[in-house]
Order: sequence, then structure tokens, then C-alpha cells
Amino acid sequence: MADALAQQRPAAAAASPLLKVADLEGWYGESHVLHGINFDVREGEVVTLLGRNGAGKTTTLKAIMGILAKRRGSITFDGKELIKLPARAIARLGVGYVPEERGIFASLSVDENLMLPPQVKPGGLSVDEIFQLFPNLRERRTSQGTKLSGGEQQMLSIGRILRTGAKMILLDEPTEGLAPVIVQQIGETLAKLKREGFTIVLVEQNFRFAASVADRHYVVEQGKVVDMILNEDLDASTEKLHAYLGV
Amino acid sequence: MFELLGIPPQALFGQLLLGLINGSFYAILSLGLAVIFGLLNIINFTHGAQYMLGAFVAWFLLQYLGIGYWWALIIAPIAVGITGVILERLMISKLYHLDHLYGLLLTFGIALVIQGLLRNEFGISGLPYSIPPQLAGGQNLGFMFLPNYRGWVVVASLVVCLATWFVIEKTRLGAYLRAATENPTLVGAFGINVPRLVTLTYGFGVALAAFAGVLAAPIYSVNPNMGAELIIVVFAVVVIGGMGSILGAIITGFGLGIIEGLTRVFYPEGSSVVIFVIMAIVLLIKPAGLFGRAA
Ligand SMILES: Nc1ncnc2c1ncn2[C@@H]1O[C@H](COP(=O)(O)OP(=O)(O)OP(=O)(O)O)[C@@H](O)[C@H]1O
Ligand SMILES: [Mg+2]
Repeated sequence: MADALAQQRPAAAAASPLLKVADLEGWYGESHVLHGINFDVREGEVVTLLGRNGAGKTTTLKAIMGILAKRRGSITFDGKELIKLPARAIARLGVGYVPEERGIFASLSVDENLMLPPQVKPGGLSVDEIFQLFPNLRERRTSQGTKLSGGEQQMLSIGRILRTGAKMILLDEPTEGLAPVIVQQIGETLAKLKREGFTIVLVEQNFRFAASVADRHYVVEQGKVVDMILNEDLDASTEKLHAYLGV
Repeated sequence: MFELLGIPPQALFGQLLLGLINGSFYAILSLGLAVIFGLLNIINFTHGAQYMLGAFVAWFLLQYLGIGYWWALIIAPIAVGITGVILERLMISKLYHLDHLYGLLLTFGIALVIQGLLRNEFGISGLPYSIPPQLAGGQNLGFMFLPNYRGWVVVASLVVCLATWFVIEKTRLGAYLRAATENPTLVGAFGINVPRLVTLTYGFGVALAAFAGVLAAPIYSVNPNMGAELIIVVFAVVVIGGMGSILGAIITGFGLGIIEGLTRVFYPEGSSVVIFVIMAIVLLIKPAGLFGRAA
């Protein structure tokens, strides 16, 4: 499937990845957490970051998004260097962020949460399309954002980013703590977004979920990317992966 | 005329009106403090001085440029608001990464400087500012005499407070503000310029204080100390209402003004401390304030 997509893309776009992370280092205060992250993502790809708790997956997304204050190395997106840009400028280039803790605002209604992120690029989903993806949200429009169930909050967190026209979405553990039926709904949504050409960087602990949507997997270990596995090779690499993830 | 608990109605309603007037100032000032505290997380100790500056700018406008009350009501908040924007950009914004205490010390110090400079220049006897001719006189309501200007102060304060509440709670801009109060990092990651929002919010809170200052100019004389005296009570109002609650600041402001007025009727000796007594009780029973969310 990745190959088919690659052939549809113009040659230039295929040659250079949409996102390229090189020798990325990151700190929380004095604590050195990322020690040289290297990976790239082509346009239209779904790529996961896998790794144990505390490996540095969330921190990597925060560094790309520009909300990790201290970072070094190189992050290029759509040909532009992000490492020195503030988060708001990175968002304006078309990078959308769905944080691990979902980031639903308690002082905002569902509608207000949905409308909060400004449109940064043309071609985002309309509110109606978002409600088609996540029908539960429509009935809860006037509820307080944090009164939603965990699954609904996750849908809201994803939905509001789809409105902005961001072409690349950083998704941090969207299935964490959710019931299987909701996980499935989110999986279908991701598959649909992929078909529509979104580029997705997905952090995931749910290994089977990751396998169902992704093209490639990067393994993060102690702040470094230590391996890359194609989705089609995943079955053959189960043992290796179990060793990485300690499952 | 009938008497209520031995109190002549004129005295009762007169004190109620006075309470409402004071409450108007408490409400606007504590509203500004609440808006600023919500987003910036600093207690703006310059607030009283900025209220006083509003009154002084109105006086300057009239004295040196012949610009009267109605224009002053617009120009003074904008002018003082701009000084707030500059203050936030040049100084307060440098302290966000430090403990709240530093912001408090800075804003308190600036208030002392502003008050000191004006005291040097104009003394403390107070400068007169007359009621605009359109609002001179008053209405005989039968049970009391209502000076037009005092009625106007109450109405204008209510309108400004409710308009502010509406913008914050019901508009897109207000949603940005509420969201940035909760999680500025994430709001920034959506592409919103949070530092600018913070600066403008501070400027707006300061402009509210200056607006109250212009309203106050014809009632109290224009005096470098006028803010310092008032702001102590306003801080108590904010503590009672709960830091950061918009509606709480408005309701508590008007409510405590009225309670203070009633105390002046029924137990005059207690009128100057009643708000502080309420503050102590609220702190004991509900430390986050009547409308505050527990941290
Ligand atoms: N705010 C913080 N301050 C200091 N250290 C932190 C902070 N957040 C995370 N860390 C540390 O940084 C390292 C990487 O954390 P990170 O959250 O990126 O891991 P992760 O791979 O996302 O883990 P998980 O799967 O549990 O979400 C961990 O050792 C963690 O303890
Ligand atoms: Mg994480």
C-alpha cells in the first residue's frame, strides 16, 4: 500500500520526506532525555514510535511540536527547519498535535473545544464532517469539555485538529485506557485519514492497533531510535519487538 | 414616614446607594484583578495606582487640553491600558518563569513609584473634577433623592462588568483566554500567539481600572492616594470571591458594597471592618473563595 501511494506522489515529494528528524536531543531542565533521535516520515505515511514507558516517545513529539523548551539537532518539515521556531509557528506550518493527556479544556464547552484551534491551512474538515466521523460528539456540543467520557474526549482531541487543515498530525497514544469498541472506531478513523492523505506520527503502546494502521514502525529506546521495522515485516519480527518492548 | 427598625428610610436607601456605588468600584477593580490573575498568574498590585492614573488622566485632559468627561471615559482607559501593555512587555513578562512573589513585589514597587511621583507633584489634598453637566442634578424617587451621576456610575459599572463577562464567557476571543488560562502551552501549540494574548489581557485589566478611576473622579476628588486606600478592600473582595472567577468578582464586588452600606446603617462602627471580617470567615470555611475552584 505504501508503494502504491509512493507511485502516486510527484517524484520530488517522494525524494524528500515530509518530516525529517536528525540527531534530535532534548532536555527537561537539566535532565537529558533525548539522545539523538533519527527518523523520517514521507507524505501520506502513517509511522509509529514504539517503545517502553519512559523511552522518550512523548518527548520526541513535544520536541517536534516546539513545546519542549530545550532541544537540539534538526527537525525539517516540508523543507523548513523547525528547531528554532516557537510552537505557534510550527502549528502554523500545518503540524497538528493530539497530546497524550488529550488536553480537553474544562472551561470550554465541546463546541468551543472543537473551534479553539485556528485554521492554519486550507482544506481542513468541516464541523459537519467531524461529526460524521464522531457522531457521539454532536449530541454533546454544549456539554463541558471534560464531562465527556475518555473516548469522547479523545475523539474531540483528534476532531479539533482535523478542522485546522494541518497536514501532519502527531498523535500520542490515542487508544490509551479506552474500551475495545472505541479503539476500533479510532482505528477506522485513522485508516480513513490515511486514505485522505494525512501524514500521521503515532505513538502507541497497543501493538496490534499500531500494526493495523501503520506503514512503518520506529523503535525508541532510552532516548534513541534503535530500529525501524516495515509493517509487512512485523510478523517476522515479533520476537525482536517483544525484546525491545519487554512484553 | 414609616421607619424600619428605627431607621429612617432616607438613611437606609442613602446608605444602600452609597454601598452600590462602592460596590461598583469593587466590582470593576476586582474583575480586572481576576482577569489578570487568571491568565498571568500574578496579583497586580499596581491596580490601585492604575485606577488612580485613570482619574489623573481625566483631570489632565480637562486641565491641559480642555477635553471633558465623556472623551476622558474613552481616552483615559486606552492611555493607561497602553502603559500597562508597555509595563507587561518590558518588565512583568520577564518574571513569568519566577515565583509569583516576584511579580507581586514588582507591581507593588511600581505602584509606590507612581503614587510617590504624583504625590510630589500634586500633594494629597486632592484636585477637583466636576460632574459632567448632562448628569448634574438628580431625581426625587419619593423614598430618596438619587443624584444622576451616582445612578450613572452604577449603571455604567454594571454594563462594563456584564460586557466583560460576556466577552470572556461567550465569545471566541474569550474561549482563547479561558483555554490559555488552563493550558497556555497547548494553546500555543495550536498556533495562537499566547504571549500577545497575555499582554493584551493585562492591558485590558489595567484599562478597566482606569475606567473605574474616571468614573470615580467626580465623586471622590482626584488624589494620588485614592487607589491605595481602595485597593486594600478590593483585594479582600477578590479573596472572598475567589481569585480568577469572573462572575464571582462581579457579584462579590456589588454584594460586599451593599453589605458594607447596610452595616453603616445598622452598626456604623463595624462598617470599615465588615469586609475583612467576611474575608476571614470565608478563608476559614472556603479558602478558595466563594466562587473559586479549589486549586
Ligand atoms: N516534565 C518532565 N520533567 C522531567 N522529566 C520528564 C518529564 N516528562 C517526562 N520526563 C522523563 O523523560 C523520559 C521520557 O519520557 P516520555 O514521557 O517521553 O516517555 P514515553 O516514551 O512517552 O513514555 P510513556 O509510554 O510512559 O508515555 C522519562 O524518563 C520521563 O521520566
Ligand atoms: Mg508518553
